[in-house]
Amino acid sequence: MRLTVNGTEHVLDLDPRTTLLDALREHLGLTGAKKGCDHGQCGACTVLLDGRRVNSCLLLAIAHQDSHVTTIEGLDGHPVQRGFLEHDGFQCGYCTPGQICSAVGMLDEVDRGWPSAAADDDPLSDAEIRERMSGNLCRCGAYPHMVPAIRQAAGR
Amino acid sequence: MTTTTKAVGAPLARIEGPEKVSGRARYAAEYPVDGVAHGWIVPSPVPRGRLTAVVADPTGDTMAVLWHGNAPSLAAVDDPELAVLQSDRISYRGQPIALVVADTLEAARRAAQVLHLEIEAEEHETVLRADHPGVYEPETVNPGYPAATVHGDVETALATADVTVDVTYSTPALHNNPMEPHATIARWDGDDLTLYDSNQHPSGVAATVGEIFGVDRVHVITEHVGGGFGSKGTARPNAVLAALAARVTGRPVKVVLPRQAMFSMVGHRTPTLQRVRLAAGRDGTLSGIDHQAYSQTSRLYEFAEQTAVVTRHMYAAPHRRTGHHLLRLDMPTPRWMRAPGEAPGMLALECAIDELAEKLGMDPIELRIRNEPSAEPESGVAFTSRHYVECLRRGAERFGWSGRDPRPARRREGDWWIGTGVAGATYPTMAQPSTARVRALPDGTFEVAIGATDLGTGARTILVQIAADALDVAPERVRIRIGDSTLPRASVAGGSSGSASWGWAVTGACRSLRDTGRDEVTFDSTELVQRQETEGRHAYGAHFAEVRVDAVTGEVRVSRLFGMYAAGRILNARTARGQFLGGMIMGMGMALHEEGVLDPAMGEWVNHDLAGYHVPVHADVESIEAAWLDETDDRINPMGSKGIGEIGIVGSPAAIVNAVWHATGIRIRDLPVRLDKILDGLPAS
Repeated sequence: MRLTVNGTEHVLDLDPRTTLLDALREHLGLTGAKKGCDHGQCGACTVLLDGRRVNSCLLLAIAHQDSHVTTIEGLDGHPVQRGFLEHDGFQCGYCTPGQICSAVGMLDEVDRGWPSAAADDDPLSDAEIRERMSGNLCRCGAYPHMVPAIRQAAGR
Repeated sequence: MTTTTKAVGAPLARIEGPEKVSGRARYAAEYPVDGVAHGWIVPSPVPRGRLTAVVADPTGDTMAVLWHGNAPSLAAVDDPELAVLQSDRISYRGQPIALVVADTLEAARRAAQVLHLEIEAEEHETVLRADHPGVYEPETVNPGYPAATVHGDVETALATADVTVDVTYSTPALHNNPMEPHATIARWDGDDLTLYDSNQHPSGVAATVGEIFGVDRVHVITEHVGGGFGSKGTARPNAVLAALAARVTGRPVKVVLPRQAMFSMVGHRTPTLQRVRLAAGRDGTLSGIDHQAYSQTSRLYEFAEQTAVVTRHMYAAPHRRTGHHLLRLDMPTPRWMRAPGEAPGMLALECAIDELAEKLGMDPIELRIRNEPSAEPESGVAFTSRHYVECLRRGAERFGWSGRDPRPARRREGDWWIGTGVAGATYPTMAQPSTARVRALPDGTFEVAIGATDLGTGARTILVQIAADALDVAPERVRIRIGDSTLPRASVAGGSSGSASWGWAVTGACRSLRDTGRDEVTFDSTELVQRQETEGRHAYGAHFAEVRVDAVTGEVRVSRLFGMYAAGRILNARTARGQFLGGMIMGMGMALHEEGVLDPAMGEWVNHDLAGYHVPVHADVESIEAAWLDETDDRINPMGSKGIGEIGIVGSPAAIVNAVWHATGIRIRDLPVRLDKILDGLPAS
């Protein structure tokens, strides 16, 4: 099968049960996407699939041969990454690639006018950012440092 | 001595930050190791019994199926949980009883799922009760305190007091759940063992695993660790299983715990039942304090959490009693979770103090200040520094406490009842012996090496700052090496003691190099640490919470959370803020969200994943802030620093629970504060 990751097409011989996350981590050496729960509950494995944020642990690699996958390794100096550095938006760093990919996908959702449950007038208010980012857990509790990082990346 | 701008205290950005935001930082399971096979742990499906046979599917594509019937024998060490696959005895549900090894993760997992186990199940007991006939008093509680203390006559104090409080608080099992599950890659080269392992103590893991396999050369690599919160303090079964499987198969083996196993195999915070009795005069002066704590341990191991120890030195009172009571159950062994002892102990004590303030009609801050001791009340030893009262006073100013109507259920804004609460915080200041090495390199830089770990605490960065000041050079000229057991032996990243312990050794090495002009110095702090006088060493703080409770649904939201700390010299203002806030957020989880829900029939926590076990998420954290006093304490260590990794979770849950009472008039004495416990008691609108 083939898999296009960060602009490069790879040809792989994979077990059909292999998830997109395991394909990245175990077969392509792209360990930026993390395995926190393997059940789509923590968001650490978040990558962008055709620009949309997804939990890569819930996808079978073989079903996404025609998609373009972007992982943290493919975001080179993105404003969200810079924001995380400037605001100390992490501690142990294990959820960080997922948080960053999720924030990149989230900002695109806002650009497209997608609503969130926070239903604020300003789709990038702190309450909106928090609501839209709540699928990505951080056990260190670095959330208060991530929100300004994401706000800054959004040009606020 | 020349003077340079001091690096310690500056908000230096984390050295490893660029690696972490780019995905380049490698965690244990992520090292590329040629020919690595995958191990999948088979957990016991029953809480008690005997494993009599394991039958693998003969058509399965596995390399090995290991269980006690065929596993090589291992040397016994202090922790019986590390005697994996050594006995037919099953002591808890989720205990590793077999390991399947295969070429691929998919094959190993599948083979483990269909493995046929023959088990003779036995009757089991899994519920902690204070009146259980098996309850006993341990000889000591962690890490070596007497289980019980008695001073004066607390019963007479209670019988003759103007006002008394007699309350029982309960806290559930809590689960550390660092984001990175425990993981190990093991590789043997002859009798040399290399472990890429996620842990808080590479020197300790190397020593333990070496003892188990009877080998001297164990190299543990722990460059980055995705959190631990106590659960990675010592070698866990994954490290032993990976090494065992690699020995048997002759291949490197990777063993990663699934999230579900994180609830059973790596420890948890014991549930507690705590009775607190307070006796006071009308003016709020305490005459008696009694704190009795009940917690559980396993059949395998006596883990006696020090829940009531904090009450021995928090408030003055002439008559006092503390005690600990344990029950062995057919459950996983509880282990350390962020502020073990202090976190649940201060929940009960600080909520009881709030209840006393209510009975006295007294401001809860004033009540605490009235009972401030001048020395440790039980031991009589002096404090090296104690600025608890200042934390309460200054914190109250910052939070806007004055003018608070003490009566509950008085403030209503729209659909919400609003309330505020306060609670004290404290955590012991500790240090352990460690060794550090510094080398002056030809390019004018200095290499500092110590077998420490950075779990996200900022340790790597802080050690550079400490070394820079001790060498009297700019931090850019210091290179730091940690996370490797072949570096000089360091103590565990635990007990909020990492920076103090490692910083002490680093300071010693760097000062000696600077003063002697040598090219390389290795410094062992053992003698200095052991020479410390008996003094009361503690960090202090005060937590303030404002909550709003939905008048219809009972939903609780924490609108504001504030912590004011006196924790010695703050070594890095930027990473310190993160640690304080992170502790407070975990405290919010303890107050409102987190709970291992036990099914006594199955003997397991049924919500054993991150969908069922709720930790705080982005949306839970609204306004949150931490501040600290400029405290210097040169009696504790050369940096004057106290640990800050745990104090944020001490007292913050009580501040929230007390605020829920102030908002609604409802005392929740059984954590967490769930809306179903609030609904029936909500005030009429």
